[in-house]
Amino acid sequence: MAATAALCRLSRLGSYSFKRSRGLIFNRVQSRGIAACIDPSIGLTDEQKEFQKVAFDFAANEMAPHMAEWDQNEMFPVETMRKAAQLGFGGIYVQPEVGGSGLSRLDTSIIFEALSTGCASTTAYISIHNMCAWMIDTFGSNELREKFCPDLCSMEKFASYCLTEPGSGSDAASLLTNAKLQGDHYVLNGSKAFISGGGDTDVYVVMCRTGGKGPKGISCVVVEKGTPGLSFGKKEKKVGWNSQPTRAVIFEDCAVPVTNRLGVEGQGFNIAMKGLNGGRINIASCSLGAAHASVQLARDHLCIRKQFGETLSNSQFLQFKLAEMATRLVASRLMVRQAAVALQEDRPDAVALCSMAKLFATDECFSICNQALQMHGGYGYLKDYAVQQFVRDIRVHQILEGTNEVMRMIIARNLLTES
Amino acid sequence: MAARVLVGVKRVIDYAVKIRVKPDNTGVVTDGVKHSMNPFCEIAVEEAVRLKEKKLVKEVVAVSCGPQQVQETIRTALAMGADRGIHVEVSGKDYDTLGPLQVSKILAALAKKEEASLVILGKQAIDDDCNQTGQMTAALLDWPQGTFASEVTIDGDKIKVIREIDGGLETIKINMPAVVTADLRLNTPRYATLPNIMKAKKKKIASVKPGELGVDLTSRLEVLRVEEPAQRQAGVKVETVEDLVGKLKEAGRI
Repeated sequence: MAATAALCRLSRLGSYSFKRSRGLIFNRVQSRGIAACIDPSIGLTDEQKEFQKVAFDFAANEMAPHMAEWDQNEMFPVETMRKAAQLGFGGIYVQPEVGGSGLSRLDTSIIFEALSTGCASTTAYISIHNMCAWMIDTFGSNELREKFCPDLCSMEKFASYCLTEPGSGSDAASLLTNAKLQGDHYVLNGSKAFISGGGDTDVYVVMCRTGGKGPKGISCVVVEKGTPGLSFGKKEKKVGWNSQPTRAVIFEDCAVPVTNRLGVEGQGFNIAMKGLNGGRINIASCSLGAAHASVQLARDHLCIRKQFGETLSNSQFLQFKLAEMATRLVASRLMVRQAAVALQEDRPDAVALCSMAKLFATDECFSICNQALQMHGGYGYLKDYAVQQFVRDIRVHQILEGTNEVMRMIIARNLLTES
Repeated sequence: MAARVLVGVKRVIDYAVKIRVKPDNTGVVTDGVKHSMNPFCEIAVEEAVRLKEKKLVKEVVAVSCGPQQVQETIRTALAMGADRGIHVEVSGKDYDTLGPLQVSKILAALAKKEEASLVILGKQAIDDDCNQTGQMTAALLDWPQGTFASEVTIDGDKIKVIREIDGGLETIKINMPAVVTADLRLNTPRYATLPNIMKAKKKKIASVKPGELGVDLTSRLEVLRVEEPAQRQAGVKVETVEDLVGKLKEAGRI
């Protein structure tokens, strides 16, 4: 699949001039996981290697050739994501009876890591979509599951996760969006900020206040686009993640059926946090993929670029730098995969491990991508070269789904609470 | 209606890997190197699965010859839609000397044993570029062959094959049972879907030894030496046409 496509592309590339083809080559013939010690397929089962192969092939053929265009033109690649959904990537850890693939958290991490080598921003959105589909699958009534999950798994419909507000980011439990019970409807008033996919997506999983102050007063409801009273702010202009639109989501006397609630009243914060545990592993996995691709790009550049009469790969400083980048990549990967296993086994340390993995991997991988850019010299700063997009796209992973500072809060609490 | 299609799949070094010659010049480094299914074999599997989806064939059987690792390659074929697999166990020295002659003997024996009406192979493997197995298999079976196929249409018990040849495209009609080899533009192989990969786990891969098929694996070829292509030498700039002619005469070229 990737092989035959690449064979066709390579035969056509001969007609490009050398200067242009360098950038195109760096973008396309990449990320087959070749360099031995950072090969992400080490330690996986045969079946996981198959999943990973499909994801890598899809990333190389369907995403990598377009990632620059999606970024420059701020395009939400609906058709490509639907192709991904046809392969089962729309609801990876959603149950098969409602259209999901029923895979484990580790399988999911492996898949997102591979997809991210093609476009980190789009993969990150796909992971958010998956998180929402899982929340409905796990906490929704059977009617809700059957109504929403099949369309979400096929990406006939897209989803957004709405927790953050202008006044409550890290202090999520202080959210103000109000949901007043009126007959058999909740009437929502308030607004959400920084919502990924907002305005372009169809299904909104919204955390809102049905009770008193604090986390116990929060419930989770599903709001469909087109519901009267649901509107959106302007599309935000971002440094990265440009293949997904980000908007405020505004509720003005927006009536939502009570049957659209996930779980019971007061369970919303708990549901949101459970969703985020998996979301954190997914985001960290996207960082891993971007870092892996960047290390490959840096390595290839070092072998080609010559200064002072020899290739950069002969410079001991750069050799050592590359080695450090590879070591931190593998360390991050191990943390993320361990956290995924802990979560799927429902271990008591899972929450802390997910936080540690997200903290460590997003920080390390951003640093890796940044160093890869540095190794490219001036070329690294040009948009013809993919490495700058990886840097810009994964910068935000250190901020969302819980800032890395909040990750430290969670880990410290785990250490300091007497059990 | 053709009942059964046999598809041969070969496990080769991945196309994107930089090949290195072993220090003792006996071959190429394969240990720890990424392997995958030969791209032309992927196209062959895809064509077979499409024929099954069009209900022109009933069963697609994927075959590979080699050590335990080739089962990965058979599983990929199963994930793409093949119904079952056959692993012909060849390892050690036998695997090192396994070439088109031996493989075509194995495929011919299996085609008879499985009562296949169609054998689809990739036109060549990207490691040895032999382009012989399809042709030899057809000869051993005394079946017609449609090689370098860029289009295959089954019409009753005949197959129309459009072949890519030097001058352009050649259309031939051959009787079944037949051997077809896939060229690049025959189709674009599908991605395996996650559900299909999981279903593939339950599909059977039977193991069989070449001896059971009555095949003798001794090679008629001996590899003397493997080396990298010669490094490209720097050229020489000349000032005049006379100099150029002089240099060419010196080098014995004219």
